[in-house]
Amino acid sequence: MALESILFWLFAMLAVGGGVGVVVHPNPVKSALFLVVTFFALAGEYVLLMAHFVAIVHIAVYAGAIMVLFLFVIMLLNVQEESRLAGVWGFMRYFSVVLFVALFVQLGYFGYQGFFGAENVPLVRETEIGTVEQIGTALFSQYVLPFEIASILLLTAMIGALYLSKQKLGLGEPARAARVKEALHEKEEAH
Amino acid sequence: MLNQYLPVLIVLALGAIIAGAIIGLTHVFSPNIKNRIKSEVYESGLRPQMDARLRYPIRFYVVAMMFILFDVEVIFLYPWAVIYKDFLSAGSFIFWEMFIFLLMLFAGYIYLWKRGAFQWE
Repeated sequence: MALESILFWLFAMLAVGGGVGVVVHPNPVKSALFLVVTFFALAGEYVLLMAHFVAIVHIAVYAGAIMVLFLFVIMLLNVQEESRLAGVWGFMRYFSVVLFVALFVQLGYFGYQGFFGAENVPLVRETEIGTVEQIGTALFSQYVLPFEIASILLLTAMIGALYLSKQKLGLGEPARAARVKEALHEKEEAH
Repeated sequence: MLNQYLPVLIVLALGAIIAGAIIGLTHVFSPNIKNRIKSEVYESGLRPQMDARLRYPIRFYVVAMMFILFDVEVIFLYPWAVIYKDFLSAGSFIFWEMFIFLLMLFAGYIYLWKRGAFQWE
């Protein structure tokens, strides 16, 4: 077996193992850390597929920033609630079994096609499409307008995030009402 | 094909060796005495009064969101930096592209600053 194939199976097992860890670990924070393992393993797979940029994004944005958001949501919610919710999903539990079987059949079909089908697709393909140079060349020549629009999207997200926490930062109606009240109070005291 | 990843492998191996050595040697050389007082949250400090799992204040949310947004911004700088020199020979267009992109986000940064988003109340 070639070195690429060995690495592919290594990363694949690591990714699946991390995924199983996310589901079965009782501690939500440790589940999130298992997800980091999966992210890194997937980044390794992307490197094997010559998709370097996606690999960088996967580590810098997913394992870094998105992970912070996941941990934040876990800590923002009261984590004790999840043990209480476990009994609520009686009907959903049976439905999820049906969904799992459907997914398994689909994956099995495509796996069978991939291994024994007429076109045997190699596990690791040598392409140059995903390298940072290729992505950069396309992004800054052909797709300049979407790139610039992305900055506006990020700007919108910034202002939106600020407004979601507006009470603390003195924006929005309740905070303004409080400020007006305070100003009136100060005026009365001055008299 | 995989030869070009040798530097990455060396960095990863060095990281694993150094981290493993620090953790391993600490276990070997440090005294390992276990008793009840040692295992308290703050040794010789105040006794824990309630559950450690508090709900975090919402202001952490702003910090987390800002980190994600600027992280996504930085991601766009990677391919730009890689191809910058090649594109510069064809004119300064590549510079102004990123200038406009960063100008947009800098306007957002100034707005956040003026609104006090970075203030810890």
